[in-house]
Amino acid sequence: MVQAINRAMFEAMRADPNVLVLGEDVGVNGGVFRATEGLQKEFGPDRVLDTPLSETGIVGTAVGMALYGLKPVAEIQFVDFIYPAFDQIVSEIAKFRYRSGGQYPCHVVIRSPYGGGIKGGLYHSQSPEAYFAHTAGLKVVIPSTPADAKGLLLSAIFDDDPVLFLEPKRIYRAVTGEVPDGDHRVQIGQAATVRPGSDVSVFAYGAMMPPALQAAETLAAEGISAEVVDLRSLVPLDEAAVLASVEKTGRAVIVHEAPRFCGFGAELSAILAEKALYSLKAPVVRVTGYDTPFPYALESLYLPGADRIAHAVRATARAA
Amino acid sequence: MSPDDALVPLTYDPTELDRSLAGWRRTLLDGYRWMLLARALDRRMLGLQRQGRVGFYGAATGQEAVSVGAALALTPDDWVFPGLREQLIALVRGHPLPTYVHHLFATDLDPARGRQMPCHPTARDVRYVSMSSVIGTQITQGVGLAYALKAKRQPGAVLAFFGDGATSANDFHAGLNLAGVWRTPVLFCCTNNQWAISQPVERQTGVRELAQKAAAYGLPGRRVDGTDLIAVYREVRDALARIRSGAGPEMLEFLLYRMTAHSSSDDPTRYQAADWMSRAAARDPVPRVERFLLDTGLLTEEARGRLAEEVDREVRAAVAEAEAAPPPDPASLFQDVFASASPGSFGR
Amino acid sequence: MADATTSSGAASSSIPADLAAETLPSLYRTMVLARVMDERCLSLQRQGRIGFYVPLQGQEAAQVACAWALDAADWVFPAYRELGVALVRGVPVKLLLDQFIGNSGDEMKGRQMPNHYGYRRFKFVTASSPVGTQISHAVGTAMAARRRGDAICTIAFFGDGTTSSNDFHAGLNFAGVYRAPTLFFCQNNQWAISLPRERQTASETLAMKASAYGFPGVVVDGTDVHAVYRVVREARRRALAGEGPTLIEAQVYRLGPHSTSDDPRRYRSDAELAQWKERDPIARLKHELLTLGLVTEESDQKVWEAAKELVGAALKEAEATAPVDPRTMFDDVFARPTPALEEQRRAMDGLLKEGVVRP
Repeated sequence: MVQAINRAMFEAMRADPNVLVLGEDVGVNGGVFRATEGLQKEFGPDRVLDTPLSETGIVGTAVGMALYGLKPVAEIQFVDFIYPAFDQIVSEIAKFRYRSGGQYPCHVVIRSPYGGGIKGGLYHSQSPEAYFAHTAGLKVVIPSTPADAKGLLLSAIFDDDPVLFLEPKRIYRAVTGEVPDGDHRVQIGQAATVRPGSDVSVFAYGAMMPPALQAAETLAAEGISAEVVDLRSLVPLDEAAVLASVEKTGRAVIVHEAPRFCGFGAELSAILAEKALYSLKAPVVRVTGYDTPFPYALESLYLPGADRIAHAVRATARAA
Repeated sequence: MSPDDALVPLTYDPTELDRSLAGWRRTLLDGYRWMLLARALDRRMLGLQRQGRVGFYGAATGQEAVSVGAALALTPDDWVFPGLREQLIALVRGHPLPTYVHHLFATDLDPARGRQMPCHPTARDVRYVSMSSVIGTQITQGVGLAYALKAKRQPGAVLAFFGDGATSANDFHAGLNLAGVWRTPVLFCCTNNQWAISQPVERQTGVRELAQKAAAYGLPGRRVDGTDLIAVYREVRDALARIRSGAGPEMLEFLLYRMTAHSSSDDPTRYQAADWMSRAAARDPVPRVERFLLDTGLLTEEARGRLAEEVDREVRAAVAEAEAAPPPDPASLFQDVFASASPGSFGR
Repeated sequence: MADATTSSGAASSSIPADLAAETLPSLYRTMVLARVMDERCLSLQRQGRIGFYVPLQGQEAAQVACAWALDAADWVFPAYRELGVALVRGVPVKLLLDQFIGNSGDEMKGRQMPNHYGYRRFKFVTASSPVGTQISHAVGTAMAARRRGDAICTIAFFGDGTTSSNDFHAGLNFAGVYRAPTLFFCQNNQWAISLPRERQTASETLAMKASAYGFPGVVVDGTDVHAVYRVVREARRRALAGEGPTLIEAQVYRLGPHSTSDDPRRYRSDAELAQWKERDPIARLKHELLTLGLVTEESDQKVWEAAKELVGAALKEAEATAPVDPRTMFDDVFARPTPALEEQRRAMDGLLKEGVVRP
């Protein structure tokens, strides 16, 4: 997946001289995950900027660049370090268009690896998408396959709105797949029904997709048909796809690695309660990280895995 | 408005000004008129705020020389990232007064559809960038835009304004540091009015002159008398000339005396010494330049009265127009959140 | 054998402004112990026996001499590279290895990545990964200590890159305003991962940034234990005398990678590394000790062997220590677990018992 992300940036920078990349260690070093490998060599240090160690500065200056028509793609090395830039993202980027009556759109793309599974402890594992999805005016996109990563990132770079692009670093290299060449785009705001099924809907995104699919495979052998939907974009959310799936199956399991309380699953549950209650045959179930800070030694217990997901889907399928 | 005996006079030798500032007479008279207008607007708006006809107002009283002096030194290519008290720059650069007053009254004719508090205007027509109420965030943004100017090989420079309190903010640190590393065409303009609401500048930071902070980022920094229209104009003009020639970013600290409350929500008698206001009045930028113009014969008493009436009329007309305008269309609540009105489930 | 393994190697406040010759051998032993441990941990990481490691090689003199100049009652706010400081404070090697492994002996209860440790009894505050946040903490603690009438200082450790961070700015500014008894100890190791010092900021030195906050900044050769010690003693004296904070820039070089996830050959030259290797702080102090007749080549050999033995023994013990109990995951989120957390703990317990998940 990380190569697909890298290729998306190559494509975008070749296609449009206004695209520019900035962040810590993104140039000479090619990014600590090598997502920006080779970019500085091809496009030079003025378009691929190794910045000082200041997320505030990275995002704040990206805003100014965007106001002047550049298309900055800012990298935050780990999303756990995004909080110094929270001010710029929440108070500035997400509100610029609105507060200026449309005079100053602020199209910044912020890429950042998120999530656990690399033994990163409290500060290299977080999954903070809910904070950002709660912010009006900001799109939040999370791919789970290499092809989607390229297609969604290209769409994000050429979108009109600011996009927080969260990359599941745990599957940067673990997940492989065909990636179309050239200007391959995937529309932001469309979920993908990756595995159709009839008994239970499983909603997941990012690094939770592989265990969700694995659980579905296990359950198929037991005669339970799970439909797995990759949300791909949290804002805007493909509500139609979510509702259609539950109207069909009548049962829903929501999976994310972020803590449960006020996590994105709470929003999905609320939507199902508001708009699909009469289709539901069983309570909605969430399989999530626990409401603790992300642990180091016990991360495999903290993270939902295929077994935990299958366990929950099984129970949901059997609930009267 | 009659010149006070305690007033600290502007002391310039007109022949020296002739040498160094061709055309200064026109510039000063223009500037003086704008300062009068700003004063009239502040007076009127504070009155209306007390009557509850506008919700909030942040007066620029005492800071007019900075806004006007800087605005007159700009070219149309330059960009302004304002703080709370720089709206006058937009007006001097051609943003229509009635449009600005529509903003103050949050009418449907406000370009931002009444979404922001008063004194947070947006004026893209004059490269005046939309601001938030968050302190200092505009500083890094200004550096980024300056980077884009350089990258696109465009003329122009960026002025980023902020107050004394903002020197403690994250974006001050990040912005000046990045500007130093990237050598972007930006002039940092610190309007040190010596008060961050109730916090005096000597308790804001351990350093005497805020301009000294520039050295921490490898930049030159200078303190300027911010209540002296001539000094401001000259310093900004010269700094911009150096910046345009590629000499790198700079910081100017404009020493000011806040002559009003922080905002209409603030009561400075709770924290300021009794003599603060009289000390501030001695540095009032408007009578200072007015006396200089009268002393040098550039302004007559009669012209002064005429100008005062003129700007008053302009302000009254703009206020009347805005008060008669309709409030924003309720449907506008959902516009401009994203580029297209309804991505995904939004607005359903 | 090495002093750092006994309860406290920290200097007492009665010792003179200069390092006495007779303390040099124990200071040296601590530096050697840090180096030995560092090398061992790098190889443990390569073997997969610990998950990650942040080495300190090249910074031993700066850390050990600095910590030596502190009082045991002073509070240390480290970043994640301060092994030398931890050893001087008296943190046992076994306890550190427990943390690196994340076992049940780890006082962080296996929750943090390696190198992110803290020990309240050594007045060594737990580190986090976001850079710089400890700086404002150190200032707040210094203000609190002064308020309580305690004659101590606090010290914040950080690197060159951190001077760009928000908390550097906020922390130093507050310290200037409140004249907090805080020492800001910046180890300028020339590289913030791949960003060289000169691209970090346009200011000529990092120490001069102190002038933006109204207090002194000092540059010191961080490979010279005497110079570091003197500068820290003086800064500490000033802090306790109410003369305010000091920023110290110790110029060092990161001889190793930023962390075990980093490959410095991608961004810096071998020639540069070779140049700094000649200024290896351990070799420098050894040379001085040889000249003073305080060690011989043979006794030095023993110092290294003793350190290796110590680390080896502690490692054996640490690796034999039981893994962390999964049920502790829900402790310490709050003073007492909320009902929701107890419910989650029960749910996880159930999954463990049913064999759905395994620790």
